[in-house]
Amino acid sequence: MSRNANDAAEDPSADEILRFAGVSMRYGRGPDVLSDISLSLPRGSFHFITGPSGAGKSSLLKLIYLAAKPSAGTVRLFGEDVARMAPGDLPRARRRIGVVFQDLLLLDHLSAFDNAALPLRIAGHKPSEYRGDVAELLTWVGLGGRMNALPPTLAGGEKQRLAIARAVVNRPEILLADEPTGNVDHEMALRIYRLFVELNRLGTTVIIATHDQDLVARSSRPVLHLDRGQLKPLPPQGPQNGGAGRV
Amino acid sequence: MSEPFDPARWRPAAFLPERDVRDPALIFAIAVLCFLACLTALGVIAGDRAAHGWSGQLKGEATVIVRARGGETPDAAAARAAETLAGVPGVSEARALEKEKAYDLIRPWLGDVTDLEDLPVPRLVAVSLDRKRPATATVLQEALKAQGVDAVVDDHQIWIKDIRRAAGVVRLSGASIFLLIALAAAAVVAFATRAGLAARRDVVQVLHLAGAEDNQIANLFELRFARVAAISGALGAIAAALTGALLRLIGGGAGITPALPIAWLDLLAVLPCPLLAAIVAVVAARLTARRLIQDL
Repeated sequence: MSRNANDAAEDPSADEILRFAGVSMRYGRGPDVLSDISLSLPRGSFHFITGPSGAGKSSLLKLIYLAAKPSAGTVRLFGEDVARMAPGDLPRARRRIGVVFQDLLLLDHLSAFDNAALPLRIAGHKPSEYRGDVAELLTWVGLGGRMNALPPTLAGGEKQRLAIARAVVNRPEILLADEPTGNVDHEMALRIYRLFVELNRLGTTVIIATHDQDLVARSSRPVLHLDRGQLKPLPPQGPQNGGAGRV
Repeated sequence: MSEPFDPARWRPAAFLPERDVRDPALIFAIAVLCFLACLTALGVIAGDRAAHGWSGQLKGEATVIVRARGGETPDAAAARAAETLAGVPGVSEARALEKEKAYDLIRPWLGDVTDLEDLPVPRLVAVSLDRKRPATATVLQEALKAQGVDAVVDDHQIWIKDIRRAAGVVRLSGASIFLLIALAAAAVVAFATRAGLAARRDVVQVLHLAGAEDNQIANLFELRFARVAAISGALGAIAAALTGALLRLIGGGAGITPALPIAWLDLLAVLPCPLLAAIVAVVAARLTARRLIQDL
């Protein structure tokens, strides 16, 4: 469960995987897209990030997967202050994070199998060590017959599942997903959600940014609600919001 | 429908596409500039050799103008001067030229005069100097004076200075042109590498976010563009060597002309071109990849 921001900022615990303390972020000289965010997520937690378009969900994820730096405040990831990480430590930290990007970022010239195996190759594993696992994972996400296909030949939902397979293939400690069910039907969305739950059950911390209120409501997982760059209490939307997180 | 896929036989594909539609144009542009750079290098080498030859020829010779004195005939005076000069250290050979040669020299000023015998036309003595230790004009002059020969020694210094100046201009111009073209080639290699890298920004981004180290990413692009540049450099170098060989063949033993002699060995000057092109590409790729990663 997420904790009260003030408590979390004062009491970093050993099982904390992510902590934001007074974090703001802006692009260039523009206005703050995130403002004074404080939160603390324990290892193995499962959170949704919700909020209207432009609320800062993707920016918040960018800060977590180390693709952006805060303009103010402190981000602690895996117990380390990100701003103090040596440049050589950043790639190693990124390898502990799996990301399903909103625009998927699949490499069109690589087969589905190569795309899915990419994080393992970058981490320096030998093909013999992961061939079977990658094939099994692709089969699990329904791409068993499409392993040799190039992304441009895949349907939207297939691409989405491939991006998810790539994000989870190296059993990341944190899984971030930006609208992971945006291009899939309801049944596949639930299946993907169950994959995330399964990973979470195995110890992965899962953070999902989504507009899919139905998914959020069904999950009863805590919610971090962003509104104009600030964490706000989730607005009342009916009985399905019982699992909203606290900020 | 995709072909049946056997994971057991899977081999990792290259992170970068093996082929790129931009490659042929890129290879052509770099090859043309490498060709021009190599051709200029051959021209500079040939020009340098020509300039060396011109001044060398003049340095090895002197001309002595002999005037007859008293009752001595001009021919006798010339013969005596030649004999005197032949004995001077630093002189290989001294030969009195026939009077017709002297007449030929003054004919442009006097016209086609049939009888020049009555005129006191000086005679000429052609002196070949020892190439290693040539005698100076002063030494020659003093030797003649000691023998009572009225003569003026011309060791072509005035021409040698001009020739040296001209040779310097040829060398400097050639080197400058070579440098400019080589820099232009390097700039195109660097620019093309940057453009190619920018076009592969998606690959850089994915690898970066998946935890690839900066060096890992930069190495990929270095190898890729080094290969393209080396191929282009080799094509340009081969084309330049073939052109040089053709000019050598057309020009016969003296090269394209005696003024710009190309030797067969000169063609070896194009050999470093592929390596240099590859080095430029590697440096450009490394710098650009790092900048791209920083901008992500």
